[in-house]
Amino acid sequence: MKPITLDKVELRHGARVIVSGLSAAFAPGSLTALVGSNGSGKTTLLRAIAGLHPLAGGRIDRGGLMPADIALLAQGSHLDRSFPITCRDVVALAATRLGPFRSIGKDRLAATRAALARVGLAEMESRPIQALSAGQFQRVLFARTMVQDASLILLDEPFTAVDTATTRLLLSVIADWHAQGRTVIAVLHDLELVRHHFPHTLMLTRQAALWDSLPDAGLQAA
Amino acid sequence: MLDFLLEPFALGFMRRALAGCLALSVAAPPLGVFLVLRRMSLMSDVLQHGVLPGIAIGAIFAGLSFWAMGLGGVIAGLAVAVLAGWLARRTGGREDSQLAGMYLVALAAGVALISTQHSIDLTHLLFGNVLAVDNTALFGMAGVATVALPALALIWRPLVLESLDPGFMAATAGKGGVWHLVFLMLVVLCVVSGFVALGTLMSVGLMMLPAIAARHWSESLAGQVRVAVLLACLSSVGGLILSFNLDIPAGPAIVLTAGGLWLLSLLTGPRGSLWRQAMPDA
Ligand SMILES: Nc1ncnc2c1ncn2[C@@H]1O[C@H](COP(=O)(O)OP(=O)(O)OP(=O)(O)O)[C@@H](O)[C@H]1O
Ligand SMILES: [Mg+2]
Repeated sequence: MKPITLDKVELRHGARVIVSGLSAAFAPGSLTALVGSNGSGKTTLLRAIAGLHPLAGGRIDRGGLMPADIALLAQGSHLDRSFPITCRDVVALAATRLGPFRSIGKDRLAATRAALARVGLAEMESRPIQALSAGQFQRVLFARTMVQDASLILLDEPFTAVDTATTRLLLSVIADWHAQGRTVIAVLHDLELVRHHFPHTLMLTRQAALWDSLPDAGLQAA
Repeated sequence: MLDFLLEPFALGFMRRALAGCLALSVAAPPLGVFLVLRRMSLMSDVLQHGVLPGIAIGAIFAGLSFWAMGLGGVIAGLAVAVLAGWLARRTGGREDSQLAGMYLVALAAGVALISTQHSIDLTHLLFGNVLAVDNTALFGMAGVATVALPALALIWRPLVLESLDPGFMAATAGKGGVWHLVFLMLVVLCVVSGFVALGTLMSVGLMMLPAIAARHWSESLAGQVRVAVLLACLSSVGGLILSFNLDIPAGPAIVLTAGGLWLLSLLTGPRGSLWRQAMPDA
């Protein structure tokens, strides 16, 4: 596997420059926290790495990864929670490439079950998603990310509205991914948590991007 | 009483209308369920008005031919659907005022065009005329149902994912737009195929009202689809009986019956109905 490299990347929303001249490299299998104040462009950068936001300049080399090898867990997912669908189906739909003549086979279903069990929702698999709390729903989305079986996993503020017990569980899932050699980049605001669990940090500021240099403990990023 | 129920169907044209409406009752409501879930109910309004100019142009060129009018309707419906989709993307989901503008203009254009054709009764076109359901119209409805059901079954999973989480679909599968377009095509076909029996303004009712009512009966998607089909079939039978006995056009009669069932669902259904809200643990 090759690293993911960003070369003088410039990102815009309309005419507004959000990020400019950003060069960085993420080693295969690395675990990186992306930090920065609100509006510093973390979401935009993550989407650009996933290939979902156009580059206004520079280039991103994904080391030969295809879209199917990249999983993005979006910030505060816009998913309609009143949709009549079960946890199992939400996860299973991501487990396979969809098409008119493709079915969800036994192995996919087994992977779905295992993922839901890993996030502690084995008993809830046939519950409709409406009946879940925000934290439980975030677990479902983690299970979905698990079955995508991607080599690059991008998480945008995965712990918002999640209590400490669930955060601990989801952190252990991230640790699994890291141990399996997947590359993980997560946007986070809690610097204490970043210090304890993330070997690398990339901090976006208005002027520059700083590697592995968090502000002192006690100072908040925002 | 039995006469009241059975007598209408002793007549050939009533049996043809019944067969056609039942075919549509099986095909259209599942699409309606998806329209409701995707918060695209307004789209159905736009379509029902949007197909009218197409049908009128078909009639101007080829007279009272089901195929010509149907083809015109389908083309106009697709054009309107694509235009509405484009507006939605341009305005970031705040397209409703534009859509309202579109259907007002479409209705006016349709009515103006029809009025130039003295052979066509505007009321029949807008509200349906069971007497006009000949074999061609029946084949049209049955044919659309025959195509629409398997097609929906084939695109079911991608469509569910695209309705649930379009962002995810775009990020992983990339082809969300294709399924969406196939889906819209099926909707247009169903709306247009019902125009002879139900009228252009009413055929959407058979698609939407059972779908809206079904939300009060089941919390699974498949369950809602089944309930919607059942309610639509009941509305078709009940509506045609009313239409015959009370001498009102079939379209409004069927839609009124569907509306009655919706009201019943809203009041007494097991999910989110007024009765449920009044007595949460009953
Ligand atoms: N759709 C949009 N149109 C125009 N500008 C946008 C859009 N989305 C974001 N922006 C702007 O781009 C900048 C970066 O936004 P982005 O969402 O990437 O920030 P972020 O670092 O993820 O912030 P947060 O911590 O609040 O999630 C912000 O200043 C925002 O105002
Ligand atoms: Mg963000």
